[in-house]
Amino acid sequence: MASTVLFFLFAGFAIACAVSMVYHKNPLYSAISLVGVFIALSCIYVMLAAPFIAAVQVLIYAGAIMVLVIFVIMLLNLDEDRPLNRLRYLYAVGGGLGLILLVQTFFIFYAVMRAPKQAVNTDVTAGKTLSIGQAMYTEYLLPVEIVGVLLLMAIIGGVILVRRLEPGELRLVINKELERRHEEDEIDDYRVSF
Amino acid sequence: MESAIKTAFPFVIYTVGALIAFQMVLMIVAYTVLAERKVLGWIQGRIGPNRVGPWGVLQPFADLLKFIFKEDLVPDKSTKFVYFLAPLVALTCALLPMVVYPFGPAITTVDWSFLPYGLGDGVRALPLTLAQIDVGVLFVLGITSVGVYGIALAGWSSNSKYSLMGGLRSSAQMISYELAMGASILGVVMLAGSLDLNSIIYAQIRSPWRWYIIPQFIGFVIFLIAAFAETNRVPFDLPEAETELVAGFHTEYSALKFALFFMAEYVNMFTVSVMCTVLFLGGWYVPGLGRILEPGSIPYALVSHFAFIGKICAFLFFYIWVRGTLPRFRFDQLMNFGWKFLLPLAILNTIVTIVVVYFLNI
Repeated sequence: MASTVLFFLFAGFAIACAVSMVYHKNPLYSAISLVGVFIALSCIYVMLAAPFIAAVQVLIYAGAIMVLVIFVIMLLNLDEDRPLNRLRYLYAVGGGLGLILLVQTFFIFYAVMRAPKQAVNTDVTAGKTLSIGQAMYTEYLLPVEIVGVLLLMAIIGGVILVRRLEPGELRLVINKELERRHEEDEIDDYRVSF
Repeated sequence: MESAIKTAFPFVIYTVGALIAFQMVLMIVAYTVLAERKVLGWIQGRIGPNRVGPWGVLQPFADLLKFIFKEDLVPDKSTKFVYFLAPLVALTCALLPMVVYPFGPAITTVDWSFLPYGLGDGVRALPLTLAQIDVGVLFVLGITSVGVYGIALAGWSSNSKYSLMGGLRSSAQMISYELAMGASILGVVMLAGSLDLNSIIYAQIRSPWRWYIIPQFIGFVIFLIAAFAETNRVPFDLPEAETELVAGFHTEYSALKFALFFMAEYVNMFTVSVMCTVLFLGGWYVPGLGRILEPGSIPYALVSHFAFIGKICAFLFFYIWVRGTLPRFRFDQLMNFGWKFLLPLAILNTIVTIVVVYFLNI
């Protein structure tokens, strides 16, 4: 009973935040709404007995990624969003994709209702940190490694994109950068400060 | 009727427990403010507040009354909704970690069968923690990282250049030092093999060192430094550097809204002190107390609880002491120190701990 009420509370909050994220013209309000969605989702994870996922959801999505997004919005001081006329065909595409998603949702709902009833998995260790860690480093070791390499590539890619390089220039720029940093040790650099 | 009482009983117990914990934290925070003014006064050769009540003990209440009755100014061109939301976010996120604090050991020797309606049946222990979460450490880190929004949004919504600069500095500083802080905890988590705060305390009691400050001294120092930056305290109080930014992100806030930010700052100090105590100083554990008093009894729990509060107060005093002693960093020094020194050192500490734990099978 209580859990049903709580579920509808958090689910309603998540949907309201999601709608407000899409409909607000001010990008900062959209970002705040997205944070609301993440927090509501993490509450639902807690109710599904997955505290680790819930904590990581708040820590990484709400606490780190969205802070950077809000940072960028604040620094750029973006104007309110205006609809672009030349992108009008996207309304049709978006409508079509939304319809497909709705049909899928109803299909899953239907399939779950029709499926034979099964006993609930009563394994209490499921969702606990220990079992997640063990699964990650034994059964799913390869995917974890692949994701790690992918993230490393993304970091290196980010650094290179920010420097805006011609492909052949890379070695030269790295040497120059090393020289520059060496000089910088002596003279104080104020450029980082806000 | 009986079943209704039985269902309602846990809610009543948890509500009462939450209120007690809330009151306790707020009182400690209120008197931290007074202690800060007193100790700073002594450090600077002054007396400090001594007019309200004997020795100034009623000063926090006088301050609160003053905050309530001051005029509440709202800047004309501020973004109203966000402007009102920011202090609430800051204080809520500062207070929320309270639910996982281990205030003391569980009381196990009391027989609860005297309670009417069979409420005490099957109850073995009364934990002095509001919620036993499997991921307590991550919970505290996550909630405090959400607290950055309060400061960033306050800076942005005030529509003032000082506020914006203060908000940006503050959020940049907090997300930078969060990494070093998280990495410095990893060593403790590996030694204890758990993310639950109570389990970490029990793991320390079982370990040969009793307190993890001995094997994890580097982690402790990194955590302490990062905690100063996380709470925007001297020597890392760049967001509120009054010589450059008036008052930083809360320049445009007045009356009770300013009081909320002020309280949030001190509650955050309390939070990092609790984390430091639990992770590195054995939480409520007093070595040798189990030989004098019976573990699990009420006196044992009380003494342990006051030991916990005493350790926290020692950290709070350390904060005030540092504030009275050290000058402020420059912003680029702060960033370089965080990214180029603290974070690599924390990662190195983690790697060394991994190797040691793996080979010695701790």
